Amino acid sequence: AFFWLVSLLLSSLIWFIAVKASDPNDEPLQKGLLIFGVMFSVLLQEAFRFLYYKLLRKAIEGLVALSEDGCSPISIQQMAYVAGVGFGLMSGAFSMINLLADALGPGTVGIHGDSQLYFLTSAFMTMVLIFLHTFWGILFFHGCENRRWWEIMAVVVMHLAVSGSTFCNPLYVGSLVPSYLLMAVAATWAYLLSGGSAQNVRRFLLCK
Amino acid sequence: MITFMNNSDSEEEPCNERTSLMSAESPPVPSYQDGLPASEAGEAQTHRKRQTGSSHSPNNAADGNVSDSGVPVRESALENEEEELTLKYGAKHVIMLFVPVTLCMIVVVATIKSVRFYTEKNGQLIYTPFSEDTPSVGQRLLNSVLNTIIMISVIVVMTVFLVLLYKYRCYKFIHGWLILSSLMLLFLFTYIYLGEVLKTYNVAMDYPTLILVIWNFGAVGMICIHWKGPLQLQQAYLIMISALMALVFIKYLPEWSAWVILGAISIYDLMAVLCPKGPLRMLVETAQERNEPIFPALIYSSAMMWTVGMAKPDTAARAPSQQTWDTAEDGRENHRSPSHSDSEILETRSPVPTHPIASLEELEEEERGVKLGLGDFIFYSVLVGKAAATASGDWNTTLACFVAILIGLCLTLLLLAVFKKALPALPISITFGLVFYFSTDNLVRPFMDTLASHQLYI
Repeated sequence: AFFWLVSLLLSSLIWFIAVKASDPNDEPLQKGLLIFGVMFSVLLQEAFRFLYYKLLRKAIEGLVALSEDGCSPISIQQMAYVAGVGFGLMSGAFSMINLLADALGPGTVGIHGDSQLYFLTSAFMTMVLIFLHTFWGILFFHGCENRRWWEIMAVVVMHLAVSGSTFCNPLYVGSLVPSYLLMAVAATWAYLLSGGSAQNVRRFLLCK
Repeated sequence: MITFMNNSDSEEEPCNERTSLMSAESPPVPSYQDGLPASEAGEAQTHRKRQTGSSHSPNNAADGNVSDSGVPVRESALENEEEELTLKYGAKHVIMLFVPVTLCMIVVVATIKSVRFYTEKNGQLIYTPFSEDTPSVGQRLLNSVLNTIIMISVIVVMTVFLVLLYKYRCYKFIHGWLILSSLMLLFLFTYIYLGEVLKTYNVAMDYPTLILVIWNFGAVGMICIHWKGPLQLQQAYLIMISALMALVFIKYLPEWSAWVILGAISIYDLMAVLCPKGPLRMLVETAQERNEPIFPALIYSSAMMWTVGMAKPDTAARAPSQQTWDTAEDGRENHRSPSHSDSEILETRSPVPTHPIASLEELEEEERGVKLGLGDFIFYSVLVGKAAATASGDWNTTLACFVAILIGLCLTLLLLAVFKKALPALPISITFGLVFYFSTDNLVRPFMDTLASHQLYI
């Protein structure tokens, strides 16, 4: 969570500088800067995820060295999961919490002509992002562990795609549907990587 | 404000008897200290130091490596084990400290957000005489710096005073002072707080009920904090008085002065604990020389077994210490001593050890777990509360400061596990908190607001 926060900080610093340095009245430029800011932020987030991976790797090595039986008390997969959840929670919290605070007060949604489903779609979008961050965490760490660069690239590309799809808002079909599809893909991928299989699912569903 | 960790790992040690005897021989490890003056409205912050005479780990003691410079190979292996135990303990203690710090912050933020009273400006404390209602920025800055200087010097003077009192063994005076300050906190501030909360929610309460409630709250609090009481109740009370104190600071410190004071006090903390002639350090060393426990009531401990203040190690202390021993022997990783109902615990345990062990026990195995000074709680909560009160980006800033402070606390505890001596708990957390507050408020907020208005997600 902290690492996500730091990445957010740096990316907003960049965006802020860019905005201040540019002409505030130029609409398309502002929009362009915003897009640039978003993409840059995504890249920074992934970079920080990588840094976090490095840090955890060191920590695991230290724990292994210290432990009695040569294996660390927490595995890298668990750490991947926790890292993903941390990132997701922080990003979700930052996205939603002001909305929630405003939702407590009086008001009408979309009174100025915006979509009336604002709160609802924000909630769904946030949820899908949190899930995605968790799965991306697992995929990313797995890729780093086994040196499969294409997995890491896939995570980055997916993140960019999801963020990019939000540019379609308020055309919610364009953003929510692809995001959920991507989430399903990431979920199955992460599940398979973590050692699950179709049989496990079937057994689970049939309560064996 | 320092954190310190009591590392009596004897509960994992199978041979407790030997351990406790051994630990008595080993030289006292530099204790971890907590310090923090928390106290009356702006009055002196009395620093508390907690001293622990316990050794690092039973392993170390058990092999007598501390006393004689035995076999180097074994020592390093032992050190490793000891470090591992330390780290394991460290992780658990971090969690044990996260919860109370979070609770305190939640209480403060909830109050700030709902009760208007604490965000209204109704005057200032006498410790910050310069007003900030000046027309020019430079003047305002100057005033806040002057306020800070006055406040810090008050704190320094009080700390030195306390150290002198401690050195010259004026225990009664110190006790009286602490009791007076906690009396005021528990009764007066609670009364004000309750009044304001009732006003906010428009709930009527008659005076007899009020008197009854406050009297009970205060009396139980006094007993819990200064004497014996269930651990969790004591922790709850300490959290509440920290929150009350933080609220007072938030209300009565002017804006810029508050931030400058936060910065200055973390620097002061750093110096007071680490410099050889720092008052806090001298206090620790004195207490260490005398092998005495430090005052209760100004330190939050995550797992407890207090022996009361400066109580002589006699029968009163023996029962708790036997309890500690028993818990240890049980082998469970259960730091919390359930309660001070010694009798019922003793019945369920195996026969207690003989006299010598008990009397050695109480010297060291008084507390286990990490201790954090109440002042640390207070200043963390002041930071988060101020962020909640004054940031225009509202919750994002508060959340960011909260995460920053917790990470700082984590790092501090990590350093504590590595260095094993008293460490100031304020600097790292407050630095992170301040950095994140200012940057989130000024940089992240516009970014997030723009994103939210276009409903973009990153």
